[in-house]
Amino acid sequence: MIISIASGKGGTGKTTVAVNLALSLENRVQYLDCDVEEPNGHIFIKPKFQSPITVGTPIPQVDKSKCTYCGKCGEICQYNAIIVIKNNVLVFPELCHSCAGCWLVCPEHAISPINRELGVIEQGNKGGVEFIHGKLRIGEAMSPPLIRKVKSKIDSTKIVLIDAPPGTSCPVIESVKKSDFVLLVTEPTPFGLNDLKLAVEMVRSLKLNLGVIINRSDVGNDDVRVYCAEEHIPILMEIKNDRKIAEAYSRGTPLVVFYPEYRVKFQELYREIERRTGL
Amino acid sequence: MKEIVIISGKGGTGKTSITAAFASLTINKVMADCDVDAADLHLILSPKIQHEEDFYSGKTACIRQSDCTQCGKCLEVCQFDAISPDFVVDPVACEGCGVCVWFCPVNAIDFNDNLSGRWFISHTRFGPMVHAKLGIAEENSGKLVTLVRRQAKLLAEKEHLDYIIVDGAPGIGCPVISSITGASAVLVVTEPTLSGKHDMERVVSLATGHFQIPTFICVNKYDLNEEITEQIEKYCHDNNIGFVGKIPYDTIVTDAMVQAKTIIEFSERAISKEIHAMWDKIIRSIDQSY
Repeated sequence: MIISIASGKGGTGKTTVAVNLALSLENRVQYLDCDVEEPNGHIFIKPKFQSPITVGTPIPQVDKSKCTYCGKCGEICQYNAIIVIKNNVLVFPELCHSCAGCWLVCPEHAISPINRELGVIEQGNKGGVEFIHGKLRIGEAMSPPLIRKVKSKIDSTKIVLIDAPPGTSCPVIESVKKSDFVLLVTEPTPFGLNDLKLAVEMVRSLKLNLGVIINRSDVGNDDVRVYCAEEHIPILMEIKNDRKIAEAYSRGTPLVVFYPEYRVKFQELYREIERRTGL
Repeated sequence: MKEIVIISGKGGTGKTSITAAFASLTINKVMADCDVDAADLHLILSPKIQHEEDFYSGKTACIRQSDCTQCGKCLEVCQFDAISPDFVVDPVACEGCGVCVWFCPVNAIDFNDNLSGRWFISHTRFGPMVHAKLGIAEENSGKLVTLVRRQAKLLAEKEHLDYIIVDGAPGIGCPVISSITGASAVLVVTEPTLSGKHDMERVVSLATGHFQIPTFICVNKYDLNEEITEQIEKYCHDNNIGFVGKIPYDTIVTDAMVQAKTIIEFSERAISKEIHAMWDKIIRSIDQSY
């Protein structure tokens, strides 16, 4: 079972849901923090990390002694990451998408792939939770390749929880695709609703099963509930706005540690997802 | 002309509410929403669209089944697992690199431009605004961000406006890098939580270390955890970053949002005064250094 926890809007409680679901399940859980730009799950799970593994992506390196400056590499590259100007080849590593086009097309075999560092993957255990996250190198623009590497660690014998980044574009899609179920965490405010609608469209375009969790459920207005009813989207859980929860969060204390009664609610949430996916 | 970009690292710290409040505080400016894949600023500023255009970016491969000989070359060269064993391209997985198109021996793969979104120039009660909507499951948010900023700049030049106020995206990746590259200043809105502080430090090192942009920090909901607020103030002091404000937790932020008003329009409480003081500090500091 692979469950992704996503949201259009940031700060709605994705990590809270992922952490507390992980800590409430007695089964073997794998927690993949795919918010590689700003991973936060480790602050709450507190795993003991093994040494980080550096992750890279292949980019071209040109052997100028073999290059005839024919320009084919520049022609195939859609990203202007390699350009031939007179008797020089320029490579712009940050623009390269690692499509391999240039080294496949080079008739002189003058181009070979070298590694550009994307970031690191760290892995560690805590209780029954196997925790893995990616940390994007600061200055690196492209997170999807690192997210793919984090997801390559999926152990399908476990319950896999994917903590996705906010938004609705490529990093989110890379994180949630191939999930059995997507939990969209929102709040009942105009921003929450607007971004929930975008997230629902995104999940539906991927043809995935989804449900909504409303956090800080007693603020704002009723529009999120009305929208979910109209769209036949199940609301699977509500978490009240509680200053004590916010304060515990600020210190890195998980909700279920602070309020043990939530453990049962998260277990019920998981059973409901099992029922809905038939897994 | 000065461009101030509001970012946060962590999502949901109050970027957009604060950006909208700034809109009520300055007359001669253009607003720009660069959080193009989950834009919210329009919900407060209620823009009336004056001009809109399609945004085309990137390409997607599409195999013509009638011409395909199923030789398997495309499957072999695709680095993105975007082609199924029965030779259909998954448009979401396709990176638009065109390598399959190039190597197909029978030219059976089309390569069409993507309509990735739309962008708008609008009128609001606080002046002009440039914004955009990235299509569902589309890529290239960074390029759309760059386009929104370029249009905002053109507009500011044309109308002789002094400031561009940009609502940025969460995170530290492509849309954030596109939002802050070459900006006059960055305001990081953080919150006093371990997550907020962790994410703030990453985005500050992007802005100051990587791009060397003058950076300011404010703490929203500072009274949620005053100990962490103090740590953030100390961090600013130690790293020579302008600490410009501590905004109290106040339920009127949500109340104002529900009524589609800025915090400044909605209330004269302490929170509004603090945001006003913060804006004055930022402007004074930028005007001095340029």
